[in-house]
This record gives sequence, structure tokens and C-alpha cells, in this order.
Amino acid sequence: MPQQLTLQLKDLQNEIEGYARGYGLDFFDVVFEVLDWEEINEVAAYGGYPARYPYWRFGMEYYALSRGYAYGLQKIYEMVINNDPCYAYLLAANPIVDQKLVMAHVYGHADFFKNNYSFAHTNRRMVDEMANHAARIRRYVEAYGEDEVERFLDICISLENLIDYNAPYIRRRRREEAGEIDRDHPARRRQPRRLAAKEYMEEYINPQEALEADAQRLQEEREQEERFPPRPEKDVLLFLLEHAPIPNWQRDIVGIVREEAYYFAPQGRTKIMNEGWASYWHSKIMTERALADPELIDYADHHSGTVATQPGRLNPYKLGLELYRDIEVRWDKGRHGPEWEACNDYEVRKNWDTGAGEGREKIFQVRALYHDVTFIDEFLTPEFCHRHKLFTYEYNESTNEYQISSRSFEEIKRGLLFQLTNLGQPWVYVRDGNHMNRGELVLWHRYEGVPLRLDYAREVLENLQTIWKRPVHLETYDDDRPAVMSYDGSEHTTQERSEE
Amino acid sequence: MSGESFSGFSSIRRIERDRKRFDAIIRGRIKKELRKHITRGELIGKRGREIVSIPIPQIELPQLKYGRKRLVGVGQGEGAEGTPIGVGEAEGGARGAGDQPAHHLREVEISIQELAEFLGEELELPRIEPRGNRTLKSRRSRYKTIRSTGPETLRSFRRTYREALKRQIASGSYDYRRPMVSPVREDMRYRSWKEEPEPVANAVIIYMMDVSGSMGHEQKEIVRIESFWIDTWIRAHYHGIANRYIVHDAVAHEVDRETFYTTREAGGTRISSAYEMAAKVIAGEYDPEEWNIYCFHFSDGDNWGGGDDEKCFELLIERLLPTVNLFGYGQVESRYGSGHFFEALGEHVEDERLVLSQIPDHEAILDSIKDFLGKGR
Repeated sequence: MPQQLTLQLKDLQNEIEGYARGYGLDFFDVVFEVLDWEEINEVAAYGGYPARYPYWRFGMEYYALSRGYAYGLQKIYEMVINNDPCYAYLLAANPIVDQKLVMAHVYGHADFFKNNYSFAHTNRRMVDEMANHAARIRRYVEAYGEDEVERFLDICISLENLIDYNAPYIRRRRREEAGEIDRDHPARRRQPRRLAAKEYMEEYINPQEALEADAQRLQEEREQEERFPPRPEKDVLLFLLEHAPIPNWQRDIVGIVREEAYYFAPQGRTKIMNEGWASYWHSKIMTERALADPELIDYADHHSGTVATQPGRLNPYKLGLELYRDIEVRWDKGRHGPEWEACNDYEVRKNWDTGAGEGREKIFQVRALYHDVTFIDEFLTPEFCHRHKLFTYEYNESTNEYQISSRSFEEIKRGLLFQLTNLGQPWVYVRDGNHMNRGELVLWHRYEGVPLRLDYAREVLENLQTIWKRPVHLETYDDDRPAVMSYDGSEHTTQERSEE
Repeated sequence: MSGESFSGFSSIRRIERDRKRFDAIIRGRIKKELRKHITRGELIGKRGREIVSIPIPQIELPQLKYGRKRLVGVGQGEGAEGTPIGVGEAEGGARGAGDQPAHHLREVEISIQELAEFLGEELELPRIEPRGNRTLKSRRSRYKTIRSTGPETLRSFRRTYREALKRQIASGSYDYRRPMVSPVREDMRYRSWKEEPEPVANAVIIYMMDVSGSMGHEQKEIVRIESFWIDTWIRAHYHGIANRYIVHDAVAHEVDRETFYTTREAGGTRISSAYEMAAKVIAGEYDPEEWNIYCFHFSDGDNWGGGDDEKCFELLIERLLPTVNLFGYGQVESRYGSGHFFEALGEHVEDERLVLSQIPDHEAILDSIKDFLGKGR
């Protein structure tokens, strides 16, 4: 059973909250709950939400977490969810110094959720929404049976990464596509635009080329309108939601999975920044304010555990934390801008300090306006990569091992950006929902030089076909050659295709 | 600040339901894939006293994602270009940036008992009826706790140092410029032991293997996999178990487990040497009245002439078979083909405790296990 905060923890919360505000952090109210380890593992398995729909994957998470805890391999440090108020959890058995650390860390996240633009569109009442989803799916389980609903959920989860991660920040559909403008309205232009002109001026005011170009543009527009979808649609789940011939309960499940995928997406696109920010602040609050002398060792122990790097791996907590610190130093000392960039003298660079003192202000600005891609793109420097010994690695087929492939700044940056862009997922669009006028579905994988896992792709096609009912195709690359993979409900075929 | 509980746990925990569902799925998978794993030998993970850890594929739903070819990852640490980096421990941890390319093995720990049940169900093996029901237990001490008193020889340096450091910092006597830490009496920590009941082995398995030149890596791999499963099954029926390993070419040696599977000799083959040694081991250490004795012998069936076959038959009939629960002879096929010993044994020795099985390749391992263990002895 969750316990109320003890008086001691309550005091602690007030204290830490005070420090956080003192540093200028700005957050929704934070509600802490104290849970025992089984409960905390349960909540963690559900992604932080106590009410999720019944599904075996949460059980799998729970199993792994509780095993890990039981054998002392891992322990949930902190958990906080993006909601207003923010909910966060404390493990009952933790010593006070850990509770302090967790609270300080949580306030960092809470500030980030509230202020980073990536989260501006998220539902701040998601706790309730998740509970609604759970209730609806439970109802479907009762009506259609566990196996049936589970099977359909498996299908949806296998498509859940096919959404448009940038959609919340861009208006994708033009008004007419959204049905706000009547395409067949009589006043709509069918003919090329012709300006009124006296007859002798006609060929100057309305030159033939301009008329032809306009006619062609109109023609293209009409053709595009007739295509279905008019433009390649990256939100595959939305397309299925709107157009797949499935019963309403299934449509609802597609919608639920899609909504949750969009809700979690901002956390995926700010992993480095968000964890870095929280780590920056827990370390600041703890070392400058909250830590009592006897707690120092335990704090150092746990802090180093959080930001430890295993050989070969990159810890997002650590990378983010170090980047913020780097930015703070650079803006404090004025190490940015064209003069700094132009300077090649090692000695001068080393001692560069304009006394600008803008570091703190800068990192607050960064935490509001960037996400991981822009964060890395703008603030990763060659010096940073060198200092932190970053490298890129690749899979070597001949030795069946991953090996270090480069230490060059450009390669590292490119590698990181590739991993982060589109959350590291391939770019897949719905190209055609009525292929050859036979109602077949064509997905298009925009090739970026890295091939798909083809065995998975085949299974995804099967799942897609179950929803779409008609044959489905995926335009992708098979070993560097353009290919189209198809599944018609009974067999798989792969054909070469010409370059798009 | 709201004091009311937000998470509202009910007494029946919802997650338990999801976990059971996952369990059911994974068990179904394990059973289905057992056949494949057994013949590939993938299931053999580290083995503790009671638990086998088995890497099984974590259930991952297929999604459109990148393969590992040409996907570039970013890591941190030492090493020149071309240095291989560990991938085995890639699992777990935070997702997203900095992750290793997905590594989809998750170890599921299964007790020997459960593993044996899967095996038994898959092969429809009858349970073994142990002879007699003596179960001996003794107590054994293991060092696994820490105390604040004890002999100096058991002092834990780490724990003591830590305590002293804590105390000095708390009392303000720690100076980071002169980091001297001197433990006092109360800081001392010592390792200590606990007594645990220890079942005494009451079954012994004696493995014998021909390591003459004709037994290659392939053949030994088959023996290794097969004996793992035999071990697992027999282990599930006794409280404890002892293993002995004998290798032979023209002469026999008793060796440890590691050597058993790796050693390779060039000489010829005298099977009787191994049987004689097994008989000696049994006579010397394992009273058939108190022990359930299992012998398994693997060879490619090539034996020297000159009456060695006859000597084997004699040893079997007079000294070995009367003492054992089961004597299994498994004949693998080497590059030079399969020898005559299998037929010879079949012709000359008839005893229900003797089981013969041929294992020409990996695929035959399961059937062979069934040959050996299908009698419930």
C-alpha cells in the first residue's frame, strides 16, 4: 500500500523545493508517493502510470525489473511522470540521502516537462487519459475475449513507431485536405489565371509561357488531389485509423496506441537533455545546499552510479550533464561566436575568458528551446568529444563483433544525429492507399543508407495486411538495391524496383 | 499538496495478471523452442547450484527498424580504431541515445527442476525411481555475512575503510588535503559465516569418453550437449549428485570436467581401460547400497582388436552392470565413420541396465537422450 509522506519526508520535500525555486526552476506541483519495491517495480513496468491497459508486455517489464532488483543488479532510482501535477515515487526502503537525491532530480525533470517546448503539446492530464484507455480496453477484452484483443494489440504495437514525430510542431495538412475548403466549389479556378489586358498588350501581360506553367501547376494540383493520400503520409497509424476497414473497437485501439505513442515521443526526443538537466540540478542542489556532511560518501557513491559510463557505452545522463556544464562554462567565459570560432591559437583558446557570465542564463534558454537533435547539433564540440573520449562503432560482419570505427568529430556527430533524428527510427510513409486502383497499400521507406531488418519487415507486412485486408507493399532496399516487398495475405514476394 | 493516494493499489495486483500472461507466453515459447535449443546447445548458460540461466529471446514485437549493417553507434571510452567493444552486456539500461544496437537476449533463470520438467514433457520421459530412499544431509559453513567482531584474519578491508571514512567525515576529522583514514575499534568489520544444510550427493554419474584421434571437435560437442541434458534430468530426481569424468585412448585417466571436454589425444583406443577405471572408482568410493550409479560412455566405436572387446564385455557383465542403475553407451560418428563396438556390444551383452544409442549428428541428440532415459531407471 502506498504510504503518505512521513513528516520527515514532507519537511525534506519543502526544503528541496525551496532550493529548486531558489535556483530559478519553475515546475508544476510535485506529488511524491512512497512505495515499497514491488509497487515501485509495478509502476515502473507500467511506464510510471498505475493504471494501464492489461497487456503482457508490462508483465515482461515487471518480471525483468523485479528479477533485477531481487538479485541486487538494479534499482529504480527515480520515476516521475509528465503530468500536472507531476507524480513522482520514492522507494520506502531508501535512506534519507537517497530520498534527497531523488527529490532534487525529480524537480529537475518537473522543470523540464513544464518548460521545454517539446512537451508543450502533451496532455497534462495523461494520468486520467491512461486510465480511460485502460477502461476501454478492458471493456473490449470482456466483449471480444482476451486472445482477440491481445492479438490486435500486438499488431498495433508492432506499428507504433510509424508515426510522425514532428507532427505536433508542424501543421502538415493544408486546409483543403482537412476538408475545410470545398474542392468542387464552382468558384474554384479550373483555368489558368489570365489578367485583364487590352488586346494589344495581351501577349505581354499574359505571356504564353506563364499561362502554360500555370495550367501545368493546376494540372499537378488536381492530380495530387486525386492521389490517395495526396502527399506521402508519415503518420501511418493515422492513415490506418482513418481508412482501414476495421471494426470500431479495433479502430479505437489503434487510436489509443497512437495517442500514447505521441505522448511518449517528446520524452524520446529529449532523453539526453532531460536526464542531463535533472542530473545537473540534483548535483547542484545536493552539493551546494542539501547535503549534510555525513551523507557525502553515500551521495558520491550514488551519483557516480547514475552517471557512470560502462566501457563502450554512452550514458545519456552523463552526456547531457556534461554538455550543460560545458555550455555553462563556454557562455560564462564567452567561448562562442565568430571570434572564438576563428581563433586557432591553442594558448589563447585555453585562457579565453571574456568574463561574460552568461552561462546560467544560457542553459535555461537551452532547456526551453532545444531537443536532442538540435542540442547535439549546436553544442557538441570537437574539444568535448576529445575530452570525453567519444567514438563511433560499427558492426563488423566478418568478426561478428562491434568495433570502434572512428574518433573523428564529424563521424561522431553524424552518428549521434542519425541515432536521434526521427528517434532513430526509419522514415516510412504511406505512399499509396489505392495501388493500381485495387485498394492495395504501398508504404515507402525513405532510404538513408541503412537497410531495414528484413525479417522484421516481413512480419510487419503481415500485421499491416491483417489490418488493411488487401495486399500490402513496402518499397525499401534489399542489400543496396531498390526493392519492393509484398505480402498478399498468403505469401511474401520481393521484387526489384526502379529508383524513385 | 494532496495527501490522498494517487496510485490506489488494490489488494490483487494488476501487474501480477500481466506477468502471468507473459509467463504463459514465454513458457509456451521455451517449450516450442526447446528442441531447437537443445540441438544447438544454446541453452547452456552459467550454472549455479540450483539455477540454470538460459538466454532466451526476449519477446520483441517486430517493427520496421534498422538492421545492424552499416548502422553507426556512438560510445565512450578508450581504444583505437578497430578495437572490438563488448556487446554481450549491451542489454538493459536506458534506451535511446548511446544504446548499443539492440541485443535481444535476455537471460531467464529457471530452476533445474523446471528445466527438467520441460525436458521430460518434451520427450515424454518417465520419472526415475531411485533405488532406496536414503537422503543424507549435513551442514556446511559459507562465508556470506559481515559482523563487527571477529578474528583479524577475516577482516574486510573495504567495509572497515568505509566505516572509518564515514565516521571521520561525520565527526569532521577528515581533511581532504591530508586524506588519512584510521579505523578505530568500532569501525572494524569482519566476514562471517552461516551454516546451511547441505544435501549429500546420493547419485553419481560417471562419464567416460574416447579421446583418441578420431574424436573431433564436432563429436565432443555432441557429447557435451547430451551429457548436459542427461545431467539435468538425473539431477532433478536426486537431492544431490556427483560427477566423475574419465577419458581414455589406449589408457584411461580420471580428469575434471573442463579437461574432459577439451582434451585430445592422438593414440589408439582401448575401451576396456576406461571400464576398468570406472569399476575401480565405483568399488573404491560408491557403495551400490548407498548410491545410485549411472555410467555413460561415448565413443566412435573404434576399438583395438586383440581381445579388448571381450575384455570389455567381461568387465561390464561381471563388475559394472551389477552395480549400476544404468549404463549408457552412445556411439557418435567420426570422420572415419562409425566403428563396430555398437554392434558387438549388442550381440554379446544382454542386460536391461545396458542401453545402446547411436548419435550420428546433432539432430539425433534428443532421440538418444530418450533412448537413455526412457526407461525410468
